[in-house]
Formats: sequence, C-alpha cells, structure tokens
Amino acid sequence: MMIPACRLADLPRGEAFRLDIDPPVSVFHTDDGEVFAIDDTCTHQDASLADGWLEGCEVECPLHASKFDLRTGAVDSPPAKLPVRTHEVVVEDGMIYVRLSTDAPNLPPCISARLAGGPA
Amino acid sequence: MRTVAVVGASLAGLSAARSLRKQGFDGRLVVIGDELHRPYDRPPLSKEFLAGTLGEAELALETDGEDLAAEWLLGTRATGLDHTARTVRLTDGHEVRADGFVIATGAVARALPGSEGLAGVHTLRTLDDARALRDELARGGRLVVIGGGFIGAEVASTAYTLGLEVTVVEAASTPLAGPLGDTMGAVVSGLHADHGVRLLCGVGVKGLSGEHRVDAVLLEDGRSIPADIVVVGVGARPCVEWLAGSGIALDNGVKCGADGRTSLAGVVAVGDCANWYDPRAGHHRRVEHWTGARERPEAAVATLLAGGAVEPGVPRPPYFWSDQYGVRIQFAGHAAEADSVTVEAGSAEGRDVLAVYRRAGRPVAVLGMNQPRLFMRVRKELAATTS
Ligand SMILES: Cc1cc2nc3c(=O)[nH]c(=O)nc-3n(C[C@H](O)[C@H](O)[C@H](O)COP(=O)(O)OP(=O)(O)OC[C@H]3O[C@@H](n4cnc5c(N)ncnc54)[C@H](O)[C@@H]3O)c2cc1C
Ligand code: FES
Repeated sequence: MMIPACRLADLPRGEAFRLDIDPPVSVFHTDDGEVFAIDDTCTHQDASLADGWLEGCEVECPLHASKFDLRTGAVDSPPAKLPVRTHEVVVEDGMIYVRLSTDAPNLPPCISARLAGGPA
Repeated sequence: MRTVAVVGASLAGLSAARSLRKQGFDGRLVVIGDELHRPYDRPPLSKEFLAGTLGEAELALETDGEDLAAEWLLGTRATGLDHTARTVRLTDGHEVRADGFVIATGAVARALPGSEGLAGVHTLRTLDDARALRDELARGGRLVVIGGGFIGAEVASTAYTLGLEVTVVEAASTPLAGPLGDTMGAVVSGLHADHGVRLLCGVGVKGLSGEHRVDAVLLEDGRSIPADIVVVGVGARPCVEWLAGSGIALDNGVKCGADGRTSLAGVVAVGDCANWYDPRAGHHRRVEHWTGARERPEAAVATLLAGGAVEPGVPRPPYFWSDQYGVRIQFAGHAAEADSVTVEAGSAEGRDVLAVYRRAGRPVAVLGMNQPRLFMRVRKELAATTS
C-alpha cells in the first residue's frame, strides 16, 4: 500500500513526520537530505521515535536511548531488543509516499496486548 | 592488551564487554559478577516486574544468541585488586590475572540500622530483592515506604496500583529536592497525594517495631505508623570496599576522569560505582542512572585500549527517567546549578510540566512530565551547550 505522508518541502532536515495510522509510521529527513520511513513505536515500550534524537542515519528512542538504524531498522543496544520495520519511501512531484512493509510489526508488549484486546 | 577482566556483571559491565569487542579487542575477556544471574535490567524491578506485568525472562539485557566470547564467572565476588601483580582476588580463593581492568561493581541499597532480621522489611536493588518484595506485596496490606526518592516513589506507585494502602515517609521537607530542586520536587511528589497515597514529610524515622515481623514504623515525632510491609528506600552506596588497599583513589566511589581513567594505569571505572569528572560541571559527580551506565563504558574502554592516550570527549549531560502513577518523568542536567526554574509548557497542577532550569539565563537542566517531545528538544540543546 502506498500512503502519501507529507510534502518534502514541509519536512526540514533533522525532523520527523508521524503518520497516524495503526501502527503509526514515521518519516525522517536526515541532515544529509535522505528520507527514511520506519515504524514509529519503539519495540521496547510505548514511545514515539519521531520524538527521538536523530543523528546521521540513527534515531535514539526518547525514553531509554536504544538507537535504531533508519536504513535497516536494526537496534544497537538494550533495553530494546527487536528491530523496527522499515518501509520503502518514494518521493514523487515533491510528495513523500510510504510503501508499507507487509512484515509483521515488532510492537512493544504493552501495545501488542492492547491490540489483542487485553489490558493496556 | 591480552586479557581484560570486567568486575561487575550488570549494565555497566555488560556494556563495557560489548564495547571491548566492538572496539576490536579480541583477547581473553573475563566477566566477574557476584550475582548468579546473567545481566538483567534493574529499572523494571520497581515498576513492571514488581507489578507482575513483566516476567524474569524479559529482564535479560543480552539478546538471544548474543556471544561476546567471554568467560563468565558468576556467583563469585571480587575481594581485592592487586595492581602490582595485576590480579583480582575472588571469594573462592582464585585469582584472575589481567592486563586491563574495568571496575563496574555498581551500588548497594542502604539499609536501616536495626532492621536486620525483621521479617517484612525490604530494600530493592537486585532481582532477588524484587522477587521477595513482589511476593509480599501480592498478599496486600499496609505498606510504609521510608524515603520519597525515585525508588521509594516508584515502589509506592506500583503498590498503589496493586491495591495496597501506602504511606511514604520522607525526612526532608520536600522529596526529590536533591535531584529536582524544591519547587519541582514538590510538583513530582504531588503525584502521591493525587492518588491518595499518604506522604509524611519533614520527619525522620526513629526505628521499627515488631517481634519477628515488622508491625509499625516509629517516627521521631513520636508517631507510630502501622505497617505490614516496609520498604527502605534511603539511597545506595557504591560497592568499592573490595578495592580498599589496592591503592586506587576512592572518594564517594572510584574517583575517575571524564573518560573513566582511575588513579591506576590500566584500570577504568564505569557505572554507579564511578565518581566521574564532569567537565560541564567542573567537578566530580557520581551519577546513579541507567543511561550513564550504558553509555560511558564506550569511552572508558577506548581509554583502556589506547593506554590512556585518547582525548576524552564531553559526555552528554546526565539523563534519567522514572515512571510513577502512569506519568513519565524525565530529567537531564544538573538542577543544583540553577538559579531559576520556569515552567515552559503544561502546568504544575496538570502534572504535565516541561520545566527548564537556568543559570544566568543559560539552560542547565530540564524536567518533563509526560512531555517526551519537548523534553527531547531541550535535552539536545543542553548537550549542545558545552561549558
Ligand atoms: C529498582 C531500581 C529501579 C531503577 N530505575 C531506574 C530508572 O527508572 N531510570 C534510571 O535512569 N535508572 C534507574 N535505576 C538505576 C540503574 O538501574 C542503575 O544506574 C544501573 O543498574 C547501574 O548499573 P551498574 O552496572 O553500574 O551497577 P549495578 O546494576 O548495581 O551492577 C553492579 C553489579 O556488580 C555486582 N558486584 C558488586 N560488587 C561486586 C564484587 N566485589 N565482585 C563481583 N561483583 C560485584 C553486583 O552484584 C551487581 O550485579 C534503577 C535502579 C534500581 C535498583
Ligand atoms: S521505550 Fe524505547 S528504549 Fe525504552
């Protein structure tokens, strides 16, 4: 599925745009001008990576500082242990589109429980 | 360097072992830890683990299949460091010879004198502590928490969600005044009252009463607070007694530079046991937070491998989080240096503040309650302003 996110011109370098779909996806514009899309929710707990610390091709979770590689979704160190999904990004006529991955997301336990209808 | 011994097998020790391998050390790596457990995460011990929503397997800090090609000596304690012979002595009489040493022995919870042997009295630092406390809390009753700091407040909050009747006793007039300052300490500890948890401030604890099991906490003003369970949360002290006589400089932990170097060549210190020189503050400080124990080993290991020949970078300002009553509390920087604190978003009453601490107009610290996005902005700014 291709989802329009925002205009490239509206997303300054070093910033992130959060797509409020379920689960949310975030688009990052790096300082080098590259654009990446990954699942927005940290795999450790319920934190938005769009609120994180972007440096190079890595975003650091705003809560407990695990770092995710925007290119691969890989996580560098605890407390998070699972990678986030990455999504393909297409820029057409100045518009950023995200092609959603068909893999299963690695959501943190608190969110998986909620989606499964269990306690939050 | 052929052999490195890491003493302490928790967050800082594991991070050091990982950094050693990442930075190309391919020699013999020995990790010594006095707990029997593989490295596990402590923050959940006062939160999800205590609440029963997170199991032991999920506390593991290592990832599945991770192999650092290290020798793990667990369940054995280091009792001495001989710098001349370059050995660490262990409780079982063995010695480990190494060229480089990483001291990562953390801290232990302070006990209340006179509470030894009294059932129902707990401190919380280790997995074993948390198991014991969790089992007791599950039975319910009246909990008195001595100390309104972060650990005490988190235990109070968790016990409250489990349905216990909770009282927090704090000797200072405002809990958390040390780390957050008076104003914001009062705002954060206001969370207790919001949830009907009783907070008694400005009164010391004289002792505990009970025959075999605690039945009350006795206050210095003569009051007696009935208790079925008592948690003593009065801080922690660095585990460095084992280094006495080694010649290493000790001062509120292992005294070391911004890059972890100690007074002994080939020995670095990291995590809660290390009293680091903080170039931003211009003095040493011992920081007992997760992120420092996780990040700083990288620099310390670089120092160790380079034989002290690297320029230490300026570390990021200390950062910590706490979760209480469903509120995410985040703090970075040094409150003690501030001459003013202003609420810049949210409100104290709404318990959703973003407060910036300044000295002569320059930000030196930031506090957020449920404000992760704004908090991160200011945290980045703080890290960018090198003093
Ligand atoms: C209940 C709890 C909740 C916390 N919550 C938060 C939080 O929300 N946010 C936050 O930022 N921080 C939190 N912290 C702090 C954080 O967990 C610590 O900063 C971190 O664990 C420090 O890691 P460390 O490896 O330096 O020390 P430790 O984790 O204390 O580990 C030291 C290890 O060394 C071992 N050891 C000690 N002496 C010897 C010896 N002589 N020989 C061999 N082994 C030895 C110890 O048994 C221990 O396993 C919390 C801590 C606790 C206890
Ligand atoms: S929520 Fe992201 S590291 Fe914990």
